[in-house]
Amino acid sequence: MTAKPLSRDDIARRVGKDIPDGAYVNLGIGLPTLAANYVPSDREVIYHSENGILGLGPSPGKGEEDLDIINAGKQTVTLLPGASIFHHTDAFAMIRGGHIDLALLGAMQVAANGDLANWSTGDEKFPPAVGGAMDLGAGAASVWALMEHTTKDGQPKILERCTYPLTAAGVVDRIYTNLAVIDVTPDGLMVREMAAGLEFDELQGKTGAKLQLANDWRVIEV
Amino acid sequence: MIDKRVPSLSAAIEGIKDGAVILIGGFGASGIPVELIDALIDHNARNLTVVTNNAGSGHTDIAKLLASGNVSKIVCSYPRSAGSVVFEELYAAGKIELELVPQGTLSERMRAAGAGIGGFFTTTGAGTRLAEGKETRVIDGKEYVFEKPLKGDVALIKADSADRWGNLTFRFAARNFAPTMAMAADLTIVQARQIVELGEIPPEHVMTPGIFVDRVVEVPAPVHAGQPS
Repeated sequence: MTAKPLSRDDIARRVGKDIPDGAYVNLGIGLPTLAANYVPSDREVIYHSENGILGLGPSPGKGEEDLDIINAGKQTVTLLPGASIFHHTDAFAMIRGGHIDLALLGAMQVAANGDLANWSTGDEKFPPAVGGAMDLGAGAASVWALMEHTTKDGQPKILERCTYPLTAAGVVDRIYTNLAVIDVTPDGLMVREMAAGLEFDELQGKTGAKLQLANDWRVIEV
Repeated sequence: MIDKRVPSLSAAIEGIKDGAVILIGGFGASGIPVELIDALIDHNARNLTVVTNNAGSGHTDIAKLLASGNVSKIVCSYPRSAGSVVFEELYAAGKIELELVPQGTLSERMRAAGAGIGGFFTTTGAGTRLAEGKETRVIDGKEYVFEKPLKGDVALIKADSADRWGNLTFRFAARNFAPTMAMAADLTIVQARQIVELGEIPPEHVMTPGIFVDRVVEVPAPVHAGQPS
């Protein structure tokens, strides 16, 4: 049986199932934002945006955009009933003070000790930009990293030590990729779920850090 | 009588000196005080340090200020974004210095300046290259980085309503950095869509109290940054 990696949408679908009822959640740009579409409808989740919004709703309909209601990616969004707006320092007190239960972040690399690299490849040709990534990494109560398991040319992105500059040290709790769901534990990386048809040895071969397979591991369902 | 209203944009930015540190509100295009920035460009103060979240987009407002050649340093969290062509060219040519600051640290450093706090320890940036050369301390088993206050000579702010005492409201998320910057500068200059009578803003709806504001100029139909005027 050949392995069936998850599509981008399927990664988002898988993550969405794990976002708990009642959570205050900050979504990174890209794949993390997609995950919000797949949270079961019986759960109430409050989304936070670093520019001072709690209670983000879906994208506005055409002609209903308000240029002063935007998310961290500068896209227009809507406000749900019960939403609140506040200034930047409060928005970041929510992040840095541990009030945000969960940050879903895209990642370039994650290390076995939970180190996160998602802001810079270290290439000096380009001016660096960090935004709120370091605040979210260091401050959110829980951090989940979402990414493809390997780079486009097959290099592992889960490593013993990140080679890219760190965003935050030892902060990632869980990794969702197109091949696996992996917990970062004090004893190392614990594989909880694998894509259908994937053998553990094959997963280990695409990973730059030692993995352990949980006894109760399952096939990823989306 | 206290009257912080000024009659024109040029009166609003009068007296800004060469070498000034200018805090400019806004996140992306929301909350950018476009008309005050244009007035600052006309005013032609040189060798400015600009503190703002993004380094401008296209060729208007902040990008236009950078292109004027009057900005020698920018302090921001996310200078590179779609359309930040002017900044990228200046940076590549070595014509502008960049101090990159994590967004929450940027905001908190200004709050510290406004609140008389001589710096603070934060976990943000600990163990990263943005902490290099900074004092660190382990508090209750966690590593923290020491960050200094960031004070402005001038803040340029876009508000929705203002009164002659300088009380302000903001439109939706255009508030972003404005309340923090207003308290962090020696001279806080506000453009407001409307100036209303004292008392028209209910006291509990005032978002920035007038004590943090020095000048208010009415700009009735402000241009949204990046949109055609």
